[in-house]
Amino acid sequence: MAPTGKVREVLVATVSVRLPTVLRPAAGGQSSVEADGSTVGDVVKHLITEFPALETNLVDDEGAVRKFVNVYLNDEDIRFLDKLNTVVAEGDEVAILPAVAGG
Amino acid sequence: MLEVRRQHWLEMLAESWAQYPLEGCGLLIGEPGGDRVVRFVPIRNEAESARIYRLDGAEYSRAALQADKDDLDIIGVMHSHTHTAAYPSPTDVAEASKPLMPPNWHWVIVSLGWGHPELHSYKIVDGGIAEEPVRLAQ
Repeated sequence: MAPTGKVREVLVATVSVRLPTVLRPAAGGQSSVEADGSTVGDVVKHLITEFPALETNLVDDEGAVRKFVNVYLNDEDIRFLDKLNTVVAEGDEVAILPAVAGG
Repeated sequence: MLEVRRQHWLEMLAESWAQYPLEGCGLLIGEPGGDRVVRFVPIRNEAESARIYRLDGAEYSRAALQADKDDLDIIGVMHSHTHTAAYPSPTDVAEASKPLMPPNWHWVIVSLGWGHPELHSYKIVDGGIAEEPVRLAQ
């Protein structure tokens, strides 16, 4: 019998990632790099594999994005999307920026 | 030292008054690591408060990506103090001392509180405040 259920297709996309200024030396001085993944979490993992020095700055021991780090997918804060599970598409722009606030 | 052109000072002042009585804020864009403002980008105060500011995420991200495309970078942040002196508050110092904050960023504060507006700029590193001279250029 032929399968009738739909299989969820997981696509791996290549996205550009804008790095915060102070982390650029850890990525060979580049302001943005390309990374692959199907979600923002995958992209961050790929980034850390390529540039291990980024890890402690970006994520905590549980793998969650640190509080002082904001991650945007096409200018939208991933905290208001599906956080690290947010699905990315080919050509998306991820920006990693330090949270800026004051009084 | 921070060099601000008259045009950008007027844009910062206009944004500060436009948001009054809330705090206004924006990004200083310049050559990477530079001391001269090439562009001022007003950013919505997501906190919509007269006491604190928080850069709107979408506008912040857009301005940062545009700066990269122009081979420029964020070199500092402006915000207004509506009723207090142009000096960093304890909140300003705590926020500016967080990790990932470039130590060479210029922290500009525009005060509207004393009858005539004032602009001062600071370096804030690891909880320490150092005022820097501001050169007003044409």
